[in-house]
Amino acid sequence: MRIGVITYPGTLDDRDAERAIRLAGGTPVPLWHADDDLKKVDAVVLPGGFSYGDYLRCGAIAAKAPATKEVIKKAQQGLPVLGICNGFQVLVESHLLPGGLIRNEHQHFICRDQKLKVENNQTAWTNLFEKDEEITIPLKNGEGGYIATQDTLKMLEEENRVVFRYLEINPNGSMNDIAGLTNERGNVVGLMPHPEHAVEPGFGPDTPVATRSGIDGLKFFQSALKALVNS
Amino acid sequence: MPKIIVEIMPKQDLLDPQGKAVANALTRMGNKDISGVRIGKRIELHFDREVTDKDLEDAKKQAKEFLSNDVIEDVVAVTVEN
Repeated sequence: MRIGVITYPGTLDDRDAERAIRLAGGTPVPLWHADDDLKKVDAVVLPGGFSYGDYLRCGAIAAKAPATKEVIKKAQQGLPVLGICNGFQVLVESHLLPGGLIRNEHQHFICRDQKLKVENNQTAWTNLFEKDEEITIPLKNGEGGYIATQDTLKMLEEENRVVFRYLEINPNGSMNDIAGLTNERGNVVGLMPHPEHAVEPGFGPDTPVATRSGIDGLKFFQSALKALVNS
Repeated sequence: MPKIIVEIMPKQDLLDPQGKAVANALTRMGNKDISGVRIGKRIELHFDREVTDKDLEDAKKQAKEFLSNDVIEDVVAVTVEN
């Protein structure tokens, strides 16, 4: 299974995403923002970073890139797409997911191991989690405050489209403690925290078992591979 | 130079952390009567010729769809300076 990872000018975590896909058992395929050829990949990851220097608004210019335009088209046909951090911002700017992301309420960049609850395990990227499973993966952002209108929030809650919710602490002022969302079909998932940084023992968050042993992020990528095999 | 000026502000009911930080600094500097600050954007679109009605129409569309995000911002003015 081939999973594409788009690199925009200013992307930082494309290599980590590629490594996570490899560790999960997939084949990572590097994709370039200016190229509208998605190389027939089976899924796409929009990685974290600061695409186009966060100019205009985070993700706004990346949302208009040739590669993103193809992703939008294919996502509407069911292609699994995961947007991580800046990738989540690209997804909301592309209108594949509703709402917006603004500067953290406390105005500081934040970097911490973040506990989350997986509330929806029916998506292409979460099907290997238990419902309401608690996981810990790194979070690092300056503009991660999720906002939406009351009508949108109500719709997201009623349709079970909040995939991840922050536990114990709301790190950025996100409404309803929302950390991640999915679209109606469940193939597009976006979240602020970084699953690709918790995929290999020795390099992940600390757990009660051992220092840096957390690999809760691996299941995101394994879930996508499972979803692709079953489709 | 002929130009179209697009002015964008964060929505009224949203926290504007940048404005808040500047308001705090102004208060510290002794500006006791300033009760709040909000910071928006001014975007200039330059032309090498006169701006037409069609240009303005296109700019209004871009202002709404690309230059601003209507979830978090309002376009408060799109004006021509020929």
